Amino acid sequence: MNRRNFIQMAGLAAGAGLSSFSILARAGEVLPKKGRRVVVVGGGYGGTIVSKYIRMSDPSIEVVMIERNKTFVSCPFSNLVIGGSRDLKDNMITYDKLEAKHGIKVIYDEVTGIDVAAKQVKVGAGTISYDRLVLSPGIDFRFDELEGYDPVETPKYMPHAWKAGEQTLRLRKQLVDMADGGTVVLSVPVTPFRCPPGPYERISQIAWHLKNHKPKSKILVLDANPDIVSKGPLFKKAWEKHYKGIIEFHAGNKVVKVDHKAMMVDTGVEEVKGAVINVVPPQKAGAVAYMAGVVGEDKKWCPVNQVTFESTIVPNVHVIGDACSAGAMPKSGYSANSQAKVCALNVVQLMNGKEPIPPSHVNVCYSYVTDKEAISVSAVYKVAEGKTIAVPNSGGVSPDLSELEGVYAHSWIKNILHEMSS
Amino acid sequence: MKPMGIAAIIGGCFMIQMPVWAESPSQAAMLSNTCAGCHGTNGSSVGPSMPTIAGMPEVYLLDTMKKFKSGERPSSIMGRLAKAYSDEEIKMMVDFFVKHPFGREKQDVDAAKVAIGKQIHDQRCKKCHMDNGRDSEDSGILAGQWKEYLQISMHEFRSGKRKMPEKMAEKIEGEGKLTPAEVEAVIHFYASQQ
Repeated sequence: MNRRNFIQMAGLAAGAGLSSFSILARAGEVLPKKGRRVVVVGGGYGGTIVSKYIRMSDPSIEVVMIERNKTFVSCPFSNLVIGGSRDLKDNMITYDKLEAKHGIKVIYDEVTGIDVAAKQVKVGAGTISYDRLVLSPGIDFRFDELEGYDPVETPKYMPHAWKAGEQTLRLRKQLVDMADGGTVVLSVPVTPFRCPPGPYERISQIAWHLKNHKPKSKILVLDANPDIVSKGPLFKKAWEKHYKGIIEFHAGNKVVKVDHKAMMVDTGVEEVKGAVINVVPPQKAGAVAYMAGVVGEDKKWCPVNQVTFESTIVPNVHVIGDACSAGAMPKSGYSANSQAKVCALNVVQLMNGKEPIPPSHVNVCYSYVTDKEAISVSAVYKVAEGKTIAVPNSGGVSPDLSELEGVYAHSWIKNILHEMSS
Repeated sequence: MKPMGIAAIIGGCFMIQMPVWAESPSQAAMLSNTCAGCHGTNGSSVGPSMPTIAGMPEVYLLDTMKKFKSGERPSSIMGRLAKAYSDEEIKMMVDFFVKHPFGREKQDVDAAKVAIGKQIHDQRCKKCHMDNGRDSEDSGILAGQWKEYLQISMHEFRSGKRKMPEKMAEKIEGEGKLTPAEVEAVIHFYASQQ
């Protein structure tokens, strides 16, 4: 929750004139803690898995997962929705089976504060006490680094769609409605950001749509980085093979200003207009990380012990997924899944007074370059001298683009979403 | 590994497909859990091109990982990943998946193909893939394995990308060589096994 929401909510509460009863209820424990408890904030790629694997590893530990939405929408595979070959409904999961099968208590509420001294999470309905807290809040945006960006208004005209959902569908609709001959502008922020190959997969998907439906159109890319951040040679090969003359790629061009009324972005050197504009804003850890005071000196991401994912700033608070800094691991859904499992096992170890187990992670990221052809990058990660590193002489990218990669990717999303929801 | 006890019994009414096992943290679980992102929790896949690896014979899984690592078996992701693990680590992961039950999902199959496949299985395959493909000493468990994965595997075998074990080559490519339709029928037979 950001400051604006908080003010809105406080206003709402004051306006409604809370009775003394509801004030008491607000102040009370939502679920009085009886035994040992882990509270997890966030029900995405990290939060669902850490909740489930703690319960699978030690069912005597109670797990309370706090999530504001009843339905989770996956960012991985949402670029296919933008390209037009997937239904966003297929990216959605709910938590009912996690509750029933694993006894995870899911609280659908907004986190409004975290008192790390009292070990309490504040939600709309009251407080929830924890022995250990795991934050898997995903990302928020550094809108303040884009002059003219209004966090509420701008995405209505220029959807970032970097959190899957309503904006994904809006961007899709804009592409469908655009007149043939129009230019799509997409900007990539400076790394690190959620899903390093994500912007380039999106560029491919938009180009695929243009090639098939708007042959006179093109997509102009302004990338703040010196080159494609991930799987560069493979993306370039795909663009050469499928989208010659459709993708115009400009590296080293950082968007610093936006004007959604004029449908224009500015790199400080040049103003660029577009019929559809997709500014991917620079990013930072999700808001609850700031509430817990676990964001590092860079004021963006959360430093953590690489073995336990416990914050190096606040004890008993762990951070996983996009919000944390995990050495060489990219900010991806698979990374969050893997970190959640490492964190779960070592939270259980710590709570049982045992030594943490040396971590072992995997990351696999598929990117679709058409509706069927995909490329991939994969690696195994371990911790050496306190740092998370890719195991040498292993991992790497797929040798080529292929439909078989796409076939595997489809099963990957089925399995990983099933893991998160059952 | 121990069952969850009372929690499992209470939760049992929700669990139709497979039990939830409580497994204390271990180095084997640490290494193996992360495989589930692609192969499903505890190695039972719900994605049709990703094989279920739970409940496989130990010899088969060890040999498979060794062949991925050396590159003898063609792969996309697995060769790249297998190189990261020592033989000891692979042994721990194999032990982990071997002891978990093979979870079977209902698949779309063609009844006529299943019937033909059953005949071919009985004539040619059942010595190694025993009990309708549910059991084996050193070969993959085929009963309930995903149809799409089996199709990809047979394509790799028959196109020469992947070397068939000698006995398998004899039964498939030897006397009365199987047609593509017959191979497809056998795949439907295995996929139909619940």
